[in-house]
Amino acid sequence: MTFDIILAGVGGQGVLSVSAIIASSAMKEGLAVKQSEVHGMSQRGGAVLAHLRLSDRPIASDLIPRGSAALILSMEPLESLRYLEYLSASGTVITATNPVANIADYPPVDDVLAHVRSLPRALTIDAEALARKAGSARATNMVMVGAASPMLPVSFDTIEHFVETVFAGKGAHVVEINLKALHAGRAAASR
Amino acid sequence: MSEMVLLADEAVALAAVHAGLTAAYGYPGTPSTEILEYLIRHARMHGGPRAEWCANEKTAYEAALGVSFAGRRTMVTMKHVGLNVAADPFMNSALVTVNGGLVVAVADDPGMHSSQNEQDSRVFADFARVVCLEPASHQEAYEMTREAFDISERFHVPVMIRLVTRLAHSRGIVDVGEARGENPPHKNLQSPAWVLLPGNARRQWRALLDRFDDIRAYVSASRFNSVESGDGDGFGVITTGIARNYFLENLDDLPARPAHLHVGAYPYPVETIRDFVAPLKRVLLLEEGYPYVERALRGIVPPAHLEIQGRESGAVPPDGELNPDIVRAALGLPARAGVSIPGLSLPGRPPQLCAGCPHGDSFHSITSVLASFPDAIVTADIGCSTLGALPPYNAIETCVCMGASVGMAKGASDAGYHPVVAVIGDSTFLHSGVTPLMDAVAADTPMTLVILDNKTVAMTGGQPTIRTSSELEAVVRGLGVPPDHLHVVEAHPKRMAENTEILRREVNHRGLSVVIGVRECIETAKRSKQEKTVIAAAARE
Repeated sequence: MTFDIILAGVGGQGVLSVSAIIASSAMKEGLAVKQSEVHGMSQRGGAVLAHLRLSDRPIASDLIPRGSAALILSMEPLESLRYLEYLSASGTVITATNPVANIADYPPVDDVLAHVRSLPRALTIDAEALARKAGSARATNMVMVGAASPMLPVSFDTIEHFVETVFAGKGAHVVEINLKALHAGRAAASR
Repeated sequence: MSEMVLLADEAVALAAVHAGLTAAYGYPGTPSTEILEYLIRHARMHGGPRAEWCANEKTAYEAALGVSFAGRRTMVTMKHVGLNVAADPFMNSALVTVNGGLVVAVADDPGMHSSQNEQDSRVFADFARVVCLEPASHQEAYEMTREAFDISERFHVPVMIRLVTRLAHSRGIVDVGEARGENPPHKNLQSPAWVLLPGNARRQWRALLDRFDDIRAYVSASRFNSVESGDGDGFGVITTGIARNYFLENLDDLPARPAHLHVGAYPYPVETIRDFVAPLKRVLLLEEGYPYVERALRGIVPPAHLEIQGRESGAVPPDGELNPDIVRAALGLPARAGVSIPGLSLPGRPPQLCAGCPHGDSFHSITSVLASFPDAIVTADIGCSTLGALPPYNAIETCVCMGASVGMAKGASDAGYHPVVAVIGDSTFLHSGVTPLMDAVAADTPMTLVILDNKTVAMTGGQPTIRTSSELEAVVRGLGVPPDHLHVVEAHPKRMAENTEILRREVNHRGLSVVIGVRECIETAKRSKQEKTVIAAAARE
């Protein structure tokens, strides 16, 4: 079993935190993991992409081959469409609906979402609203981890554990908000 | 042994600690930055080994040389183009009799994700006649770095670890070993070995060439080079670096298993390569970087009866980084299809200055002043300030290498243009802008240097600049810039009108002027505010 995930978003949206939590959880459960990130220039408000590969066998390439991602998990709707060449025919796209319209030619967001929904397996989540409800818009990326969780080859308990670990340094209140966000995302995906 | 999850950059850093590192130096540069960042965090937590950012890669390399001279183990880190800056000490360090292990960790950027070129540092290692180890996995990044120190001390040469972006910035699992202690200080007693006067240098160069056969023999036998036999249909593949991963990713889909030679240690194993290709009719070279082994194999008179495929034959694109799909095509396998939505065209999302970035305010001032000068020239530099080239600013015309904005402005002015404005960030200025400014002072060149002082090395993630913002004015004044034409202004929208006025005056001045626009990078400001909030919250709990 190899489970390839394309993580997409815009610089500053916490794509790498999402990747780190899923990667740590998979590792804890004994899977091989490779996680390729983008640092540097492209992070400055540009499109951000991470390749995350989970497998029960050794993984050769740090990059995901075309047509083999089981999941595109995007923090932003336009970005969810940018890497479809990596998606396998049976793959799923999960995206947050809130746009980051920091470019002049950003298309109407309803058109973007219509494209996403035209895919055979797609899920759109109003992650920011769910995060606010959980206590902070900054937990949006944890809503997305929760939304992806039913698909991941990793138990939800382990993911919860790593959300607690990652935010432990920021105090009990921050942990609580992020756990709430995680659960809200999972509930939204399960509906 | 214990398992850790690390970026390959971090695996290199930890390996250096475990190899008995005494001190490491570097200058930030994507994708190498996380090596020294890891060591700096490690030093903070464990009290050592020493790890410091330096003014530039050359000063970092020279500090490392001093540690090696004193008999202790040292590492210097940089990106590929940083090695150009450190080329002088790097090339000459091959001639000294290295004492404490000296490892130079260089991270190349094939595909230019965050760089102005994609030069291949293996060529540089060859040029200097030093050993180069090129990891293809996180585990190799760890093991090669540990071994690099031993090789360096065994053969008294610097050893390069060559990383590439996709490995440097990939996280994976590393089995780490037992730590070795540091070397005691024991300075080199044969001091002529380090005094590269022509007489000594000739002797040292010859000594290096004389032991190079031993070096090649030792490195050729390295476990980091490996041969796998194939199904014997006359087709073989030579991989270097992470190209091996992309080859293995596609291996199961091939109808027959090609013979496979992987080269991970340089100087490349000449005899092994000869033996490997001897029974072959066709060989494909997959290298992440330049066609370095390919060119050597092809030579001027290619071997008869052997078809050599690679970047030079067109089987692999001549430029850019590899990936599983490019390698798949080179292996003759059908492309894998992804999903597509007919008619979908997406706007690009290039990097840009952050909302509220102080550089944006400075660029607005510059473009509004220069609007009335159709012949103005604006040179610029490496770092976030380069983003002034993009809309909506379109404010700069050049970006070549660290510090080039200053020297190029002088040249453009000498060539007869006026006004000429040079734009450079604070850290880039301290890295390589100080010396060309001295040239401009000496000639009182009619040009205006704008230093965008955001108090950090921003593009690489907010490392501290080597001197603080408050010291910058004194540095510039100390070079002899006329005090009447040296201004320190706050780069803030509320000061836009007065800043623009100052800039207008100085642009019209027919002599050298410097304007320093100061405001902290909004990213680092945000981060330090968050850290304060966390500390306050922790205190409440």
